[in-house]
Order: sequence, then structure tokens, then C-alpha cells
Amino acid sequence: MIELNNVSKSFTLHNQGSAVIPVMQNATLSVKPGECVGLTGVSGAGKSTLMRVIYGNYLAASGRVMVGGVDVAKAEPREILALRRETLGYVSQFLRVVPRVPALDVVAEPLLAVGTPVEQARNKAASLLVQLNIPERLWGLSPATFSGGEQQRVNIARGFAYDYPAMLLDEPTASLDAQNRATVLGLIETAKARGAAIIGIFHDEAARETVCDRLVDVSGFSPKAMA
Amino acid sequence: MSDYNFAYLDEQTKRMIRRAILKGLAVPGYQVPFASREMPMPYGWGTGGVQVSAAALTPDDTLKVIDQGADDTTNAVSIRKFFEKTAGVATTEETAKASIIQTRHRIPEAELTEDQILVYQVPIPEPLRFLEPRETETRKMHSLQEYGLMHVKLYEDISQHGAIATAYAYPVKVEGRYVMDPSPIPKFDNPKMEMAAIQLFGAGREQRIYAVPPHTQVVSLDFEDYPFEASKADHPCDLCGAEDSYLDEVILDDAGNRMFVCSDTDYCRSRRDAGHTGRLGEEAA
Amino acid sequence: MTPLLQVRNVAKLYGARIGCTDVSFDLYPGEVMGIVGESGSGKSTLLNSLAGHLTPDRGEVIFDTRTDGPVDTVTMPEPERRMLGRTDWAFVHQHARDGLRMSVSAGGNIGERLMAVGDRHYGSIRERAADWLRRVEIADSRIDDRPSAFSGGMQQRLQIARNLVTGPRLVFMDEPTGGLDVSVQARLLDLLRGLVREMGLSAIIVTHDLAVVRLLADRLMVMKDGHVVESGLTDQVLDDPQHSYTQLLVSSVLQV
Repeated sequence: MIELNNVSKSFTLHNQGSAVIPVMQNATLSVKPGECVGLTGVSGAGKSTLMRVIYGNYLAASGRVMVGGVDVAKAEPREILALRRETLGYVSQFLRVVPRVPALDVVAEPLLAVGTPVEQARNKAASLLVQLNIPERLWGLSPATFSGGEQQRVNIARGFAYDYPAMLLDEPTASLDAQNRATVLGLIETAKARGAAIIGIFHDEAARETVCDRLVDVSGFSPKAMA
Repeated sequence: MSDYNFAYLDEQTKRMIRRAILKGLAVPGYQVPFASREMPMPYGWGTGGVQVSAAALTPDDTLKVIDQGADDTTNAVSIRKFFEKTAGVATTEETAKASIIQTRHRIPEAELTEDQILVYQVPIPEPLRFLEPRETETRKMHSLQEYGLMHVKLYEDISQHGAIATAYAYPVKVEGRYVMDPSPIPKFDNPKMEMAAIQLFGAGREQRIYAVPPHTQVVSLDFEDYPFEASKADHPCDLCGAEDSYLDEVILDDAGNRMFVCSDTDYCRSRRDAGHTGRLGEEAA
Repeated sequence: MTPLLQVRNVAKLYGARIGCTDVSFDLYPGEVMGIVGESGSGKSTLLNSLAGHLTPDRGEVIFDTRTDGPVDTVTMPEPERRMLGRTDWAFVHQHARDGLRMSVSAGGNIGERLMAVGDRHYGSIRERAADWLRRVEIADSRIDDRPSAFSGGMQQRLQIARNLVTGPRLVFMDEPTGGLDVSVQARLLDLLRGLVREMGLSAIIVTHDLAVVRLLADRLMVMKDGHVVESGLTDQVLDDPQHSYTQLLVSSVLQV
């Protein structure tokens, strides 16, 4: 489902003496449907960078990044957008809040984007918000006013609203209490069971143990290792 | 008399104006630019109409001049005198006897014939002007028949007054093509524009001539649910009793007494001569 | 799928000076593209060249028309191009007073495009105008007020209603949020976002505000000195800019 082949990534800082900072080299990785792969490595090793390259948020310098048959490294913007709409979900660490959009609609949006009827999308969104303990009185408000933890849960609900065949999870359990953490791990297990290919970053070791089928240390992709 | 060329204008100028008139007749409703001359009267007093009349007059013509329907108001009298002096043509107040009728803001009540020419004085020839100030843009709108804006004006009327409140200079579409300002005639006169006579329009200050040939379709713009209505004061004429003519309201004193009389003085007189009488007919006569 | 708009090597020169040059891209139905760059980078010149307000000196602007399929709008007869401008295209100006008739009521402003395409039923025109006022969050009781009695944000929303009433497929926007208060901007952006999705609009939005494109645009084109220096997916261009100018632009945004 997700297949990386010799992917490298570097940043060129044109405004700082054109410094070239290589951050990743020869990253090769494959995730099958129903499999959950955990990325490990010290902070700054490039876990989030790898996720962003897969999501198309960072432009790969070379190599192939195949997700559901599309090479993200070379695809047109609209192909990547279609991929993100229909195939590849991403739960980032922070919710990007759009002013004035109520929490319920924030969560329902990925479903509406693929043409789910409004009623059905709202019902699904509501049930996710219930599972993640967002009080109903907050559903009609913009998450801009929510606490960090509440925003993170809204973000997770949004990420799991639509059943993506492939998912990227960047610390989904960070800063959650035990109950919500269990709920999120349950959502991940359900996603795996329906055949989703998942790549995740989990600092929480217990969580990692619970859902990951195998671990990949991204330090192996760091350019220094090659030198 | 011999001090002036016939009808004041020199022959070259009349030729130029006749060309504009012919072009106007060939393209009904289209505003033809022409090199308007200085006339011995101020702009706004009918310089456009006078130039068109001067170019159309022949020594055999009989001229009638009306201002708001009346033969005896300042404007009508001075223009009639002007042509008596510069062209020596016969003049009349009787609509049926005139071969050329120059008018300001009315169409005579009596039906005109194919032997007659009606010359309108036009202050602002561009019907789109108040909504679109750019001449380049209005010309383009005419050439591309983009007339939605004209309906915006009527829409505004209905939204503010509950009905199309435009009562004069009511826009018309000529022969299904050009939208035209009929000059500030009351909209009561609009239906009469489909007539047997030639209609010529002259705007002196704005330097435009346009025309409607005989028996040309002239449609007043409207909405399906707010159709055009040719309205007039709901009264008979107090002098001649006419029910079908356009009326002027005349305030008689400061006690609120008033009367309605035909704005077309010739029409009113001819009816009274034929024995018709209105509410105040006896005492006024 | 046929692109809605195919832009091929468009250039607009002001004498020897370059307005914009060598611009090519495809815009697909439903796509929203942002054009960013500093003042004088040629983004407004480009927008006006695409929308037919300026005539490009070179290049083609091919629009997928409803009746005849893809047609080059640069060489298309003027009546057809102007007809497009009233039906399938819409143009939202930065200053609402450039896009509104200030002496005509809100209802008349919205109704103008309907009347321009031949609608002659006052009642239905008025009904649709009232409906559009509500859709852009203006009370329909304001239908007979002139835009001069409206706030800047309301004027801008009215301009949008006036443009969208004929159900266009392509909307050009020139700094639609420029000159508005931040809170008013947020409301307008949210409204635009909703309308774009609801109506499946394609849009080209010129702005110097990166937050606006982050929110509205799927794709981004970065212009400098009349040239496109970078283009791609909006979040990729903003988060991983490749060109030195884009890096400067992104790093110059103040964080709140």
C-alpha cells in the first residue's frame, strides 16, 4: 500500500548562504494493508520528515514514494489532493483550525469531501466525538477556543472519520489521558482490522507495543549513516 | 430674408446632417454622431431639433412647432419665428396641415401620416447614460446588445416605488435591435411611436442624430410581471372633455382648485371647435 | 478530464517592461489556485490578462466552454468573451466599489447579471437576489439599500453574491480580503470556502496574504518580477519552499 524506494530529502536554504542540509537518504520502506509500522529514532532523526514526504507536504529530492499506485514524489497537485481525499489520511500533532467552522463540521469534512450525504457524515462525526469524550455542548463551537487536549481529540476524530486505506499518525496518543488513549488505540486496531496500512510515530512505548506490527528506526536513513 | 441661406444653415452643413439622418433611418435607433453647429440659441433650447428641421425643410413645407404639446409657448414661438425669418416657409398650428412638426417632449394626439416628419428635440440621447457614465462602454453595450443594465433601472423603479415609476423618457427597443431614448416624451406617447410618419431625433449639445422610419416596431421595455402601461392623469379634459388625451394639471388658485387640460393645444381647440365641451369648458371659452 | 482553463505561455508587456511572461498552467474543475507574490510581481497583470481585462501580447488562455468545448478566449470574438464574463466567469475586485454599482440597490446589483442574460421576471429576479443576500449572510431586509450604506465586509460579500448569482464555473479574485479587518476577513474566507465547495467552483485567487491561500487554495503559484518562480501543492510550497524567493516570502511572515 505504501512503498518507499531510495527516497532522499534535503533542504537548501537559499537565504542562508545556500546551505544544503541533507536530512534523509536511501529511505526504503514498505507497508502492507492491515499492517502498522512504528517509526523510531531519537528526536530530530527525521520521523516527521519522513511522514511529510509520504504525505506530499515535503518534496522528495529523489526516489519513489508510492501510495496506492501514485508516486507522491512526482504527482500533480490535483493527484495528490485526490490521494489525500480518498486514500491517504494524516493525523498531525496539531489541529489547523479554520475560523468559524464548528467542531462537528471539522470532523465531518473528510466525509463530505468524498461525497457522503450530510446527515450520514454528521452522524459519524458525532459518534466519534462521543467516543473521544468531547462534550456535546462544544460541537457547535469552533475548536479555536478549545484546550490543547480537546483540539487534539477533535483532530483525531477528523483523521478517523473517513476509512482511509492508508494512514499516517504523528503521535496520536500524546497528551491523552488513559481512557482517551485506549479509545485511540481501539480506533487504530479497528482501522488495521479493515485493512488500513498505517505508519505511526508513538513516543508512548506501551502504545507502540500494542498496535505496531514492526518498528523501523529512521536513524538508518540518516545521511551520516551513509558517510 | 436674402441675408440668410435657406433655413439658416449653409448647404454643406445641411448635406452633412442629411447624411446622418439617412444613416439613422437605415439603422433605426442607432445614434449617429454629427458635427453639430453653433446655433443662434442656447443649448437646451432645441439646437439639435432645429438643425435636423433645417436640413429637412424645403421651401414648399409647412412647419409646426410645439413645446410640451403647445404651439404658443416661448420655445415653440421663437423656433417658429426663426424659420419664418430664415426659411420663409409657411407655418401652422394645425397638426394635419403641417408637413414637418418639430416637437419638444410630446407627440401630437392626432394620428400622423406618411406625408409628415416629426422632429424631436433631445437633451440626452444615451438611454444608458445615468447607469453607465463611460461613453466607450455604452457604445460597446449598444454594439453588443448588452442591455441588461436598462432593466436594472426599471428594477430599481419597482423596488423603490412598487411600480415602474419612470414616467417620461421611457426606454424603448427599436425593431428588436437598439435600445433608444425617445426623448423626454411622457410614456403615454410611447405606443404612438409605431406610426406612419418619419421620426427624427436631434441632440445638439451631444451631437447625435437618430431616427425611426415609418411603421417600425417600437417596444417599451418592461418585466413579464410588471408590464408597460401608458399612463395619464385619470381625468377628462376640463375644456374639451377628451378622455383619450394627455393632460396638464393647472393650479387655479391657492385654495386647491385646479383643472386638467389637454397638453396638445391644437387637439383641444379642434375638439372645442367641433362642439365638445368639458367641465369648465363654458366659462373658460 | 479536460482542464477548465489551459494557460499557455501567456505574456503581457508594458512596452519594454515585463508585466508577466512565460506563464503556463492547467486548472481543473473544482480546483482553487492561489497566485502570490509581492506588489509589482505581475500577479494582478496576469489575472487581468486571464480574465480578458487586458489583452495578452502572447499566449493562449483556453477555456472549456459549455457549448463548443475548449476555445482560446484571447482570439475569441469580443461579444462571446464578454458573454463569458457575465455567465461562466466571475471577477471579484479588491475594492468592492470597482465591482459594484454604488448607485444601484443591493437587489439591483445582484439582479444585473440575471437581467443581462435575459431574465425578465421581476418577482423571480428579486427572489433570487434575496436568496443570494442570505447566502452571503446579509439580511434580505437590506435588499433595497444601496451598497454605500454597507460596511466594507458587507460590500465585499455583496460583490461575491452579484458575481455568483449566474452560477459561474470560474471565479477570478483579486485580493478579495485586502483592506478588511482581520475578523471580517475570517468570515469572508469561511464564506468563500463554503461556496467554492458547495458550487464546485474553480477559482484563481491573487493575494499577498499567505494565510488566505493556505485556507482557500489547493495549489500555489509564486511570482516574482513577472515570472513564475515556483508552483505546486499549497502546503508543500509553503512548508517546503524550493526557490529562494519563496523561502524569503514564507520566512517573512510574522507569527502570531
